Amino acid sequence: MLVTVVLLNLFLLGASRIRSLVQAAAIQGMILGILPLLLQTHFSMLPLIVAVAAVVLKGIVIPRMLHKALRDVQIKREVEPLIGFVPTMLLGAIGTAVSIAFASKLPNLAGHLELIVVPASFSTVFTGFLLLITRVKALTQTIGYLILENGIYIFGILLLEAVPFLVEIGILLDLFVGIFVVSIILHHINREFASQDTRLLSSLKG
Amino acid sequence: MVVALIIIPLLAAMVAWMIPSNRWRPWVLVPTAATHLVITLLILVNGSAPVFGGWVVMDPLGRLVVLLLSVLFMICGVYAVGYLHYRSELSNRVFVSCMLCFLGVTTLVASAQHLGLMWVAIEAATLSTAPLIYFRRTPQSIEATWKYLLVGSVGIAIALLGSFFLAYASLGQGSEPSLLFNDLLRRAPEINKTWLHAAFVLLMVGYGTKMGLAPMHTWKPDAYGEAPGVIGALLAGGLTNCAFLAILRMHQICNAAGESVFANRLMILMGLFSMVVAAVFMVNQRDFKRMLAYSSVEHMGILVLGVGIGGGALYGALLHMFNNGLTKGVLFLSAGNINLAYGSKDTEIVRGARRRLPISGTCFLLGFLAVTGSPPFGPFVSEFTILNGAFTAGRFWVGAGFLMLLLFVFIGMGSTVLKVVQGRPLSRKKTAYRDGVLTALPIIVSLLLVLMLGLYIPAGLQKMLHEAVVFLEVRP
Repeated sequence: MLVTVVLLNLFLLGASRIRSLVQAAAIQGMILGILPLLLQTHFSMLPLIVAVAAVVLKGIVIPRMLHKALRDVQIKREVEPLIGFVPTMLLGAIGTAVSIAFASKLPNLAGHLELIVVPASFSTVFTGFLLLITRVKALTQTIGYLILENGIYIFGILLLEAVPFLVEIGILLDLFVGIFVVSIILHHINREFASQDTRLLSSLKG
Repeated sequence: MVVALIIIPLLAAMVAWMIPSNRWRPWVLVPTAATHLVITLLILVNGSAPVFGGWVVMDPLGRLVVLLLSVLFMICGVYAVGYLHYRSELSNRVFVSCMLCFLGVTTLVASAQHLGLMWVAIEAATLSTAPLIYFRRTPQSIEATWKYLLVGSVGIAIALLGSFFLAYASLGQGSEPSLLFNDLLRRAPEINKTWLHAAFVLLMVGYGTKMGLAPMHTWKPDAYGEAPGVIGALLAGGLTNCAFLAILRMHQICNAAGESVFANRLMILMGLFSMVVAAVFMVNQRDFKRMLAYSSVEHMGILVLGVGIGGGALYGALLHMFNNGLTKGVLFLSAGNINLAYGSKDTEIVRGARRRLPISGTCFLLGFLAVTGSPPFGPFVSEFTILNGAFTAGRFWVGAGFLMLLLFVFIGMGSTVLKVVQGRPLSRKKTAYRDGVLTALPIIVSLLLVLMLGLYIPAGLQKMLHEAVVFLEVRP
């Protein structure tokens, strides 16, 4: 399943329409929400609640908010990269390769060696950064942030026993409120500047 | 007690949200701030029991930060009432509620003893301040809020990755996994060093972004420049110190793991680099609020530099956290008044503030003298302690660099401040603003506190500072 996540990363870098970006991010979020449940050896209640919350939030609520923002602002639906799609995909592929090489150098705990969790996590974090840096629209940058957060969430799978329930819910809540605040700001950016191009946000300097 | 300290501001935020009158709503701030201050003082005197299974405890470090937060919020709360009265055309429902939420969650940051809980609280504090920066609804303030949110969120996400790395480093010793700071400290000697190094770098970058260390400071000039002065004071004296607290806790774990050389080198480097960046950008700065933001970058640099040097400088850094927080209160609030009076923050337009606003103008000038380390104000004592610590530790080059940079900053900042304060006001651009009791008194109180810290440090505070130093200096 993590392979799917990594493939989705490459798709995200190549996608030219914002709608498909949002959908890919939603699918990735849902896969990641379910993943911890599959890795568990015995069934318990609290992880189930976290998984359901994560799937609902990342798979349904946040994509809906982003779709709504997309509809409201009626911007051009193309992604507008600063660096072309093919070069960013290549960068993403190189990043994934480097992540795998780097992760194999790290002293992983016994039992975690065969998993590709660490490289998948690094590769997803890297994808998030690429989206943040190379895309100009505020909405696509938000998706970049979501992917970055997904990458960190993948690493969290290694820590299932260590991170308590309350903290996981707290992290999800913060993510939700964060995207909520961002979507409000997006609306205002669009109203003030009649565009979502963050290159227009450059009057503050020095 | 600690629970009350966190819950009361959050409840007050709800009350403020429900009050319909734009005129009376800001008054919720004052009793809440006063209650918070009283409970804080009670906790400092009587101590408090751990709650939630040791997740929330007032340890010596947390007590220091909470005291600073509480005093600063009291000052800012009274000022905010005056400010919002002047800006009565804008709805202040979100503003007042978010300010109160900020007090609640930053108190949680100070008392959180769990790595994950602290992260959640710092992120919540970031989110609660975003609408505050955006209060004036101008295109520039939207731009500033967007940058603040984006840079801040990415930084805090990196801090989360760092926290996970640290958690992973502490796993696999056959014991029950725990992310409570006490457990992490106890197990630090056996922690996996490779992961610890990676974790410390990520946490330093992540919380360093929140703190505004160069080169991750880019959100700061925009946010401080566009936010109302009172919010600048809360960010520069409150939120950044919460991030500093997080860095201190990470440094403590590194110390306990016997990796202090690595951690100290990184902190000294980032501290000096922040001071260099601040000194460069302060020269010829025409916008006096952005200048204050660079001053904040400089002082965050001084804080981590002091911790990196260690020994006597650590005491200096903790004292400087107080001095800087309160002096930033003086500077941002008086700058806010000057901004209100002229409707501009450009030194080409703002001239002769001492004639136009005798109290705010004078306080701005004195605040500048204090923040650049002139005697007899508090920052002089703490900066001197850090310098002394550097020379005692045998780090002569670091000490010399520190001294030189302080001088550059003094010159750079001085030219802007003097332009604002001296001369005659230009006749155009007049607004109805005059210094009132509510907008001038908090500045004077804050300035007196800074002066007091320079002349005499109360025995209670002295004791708290020493306890915090002992608490931090764990040896493997």
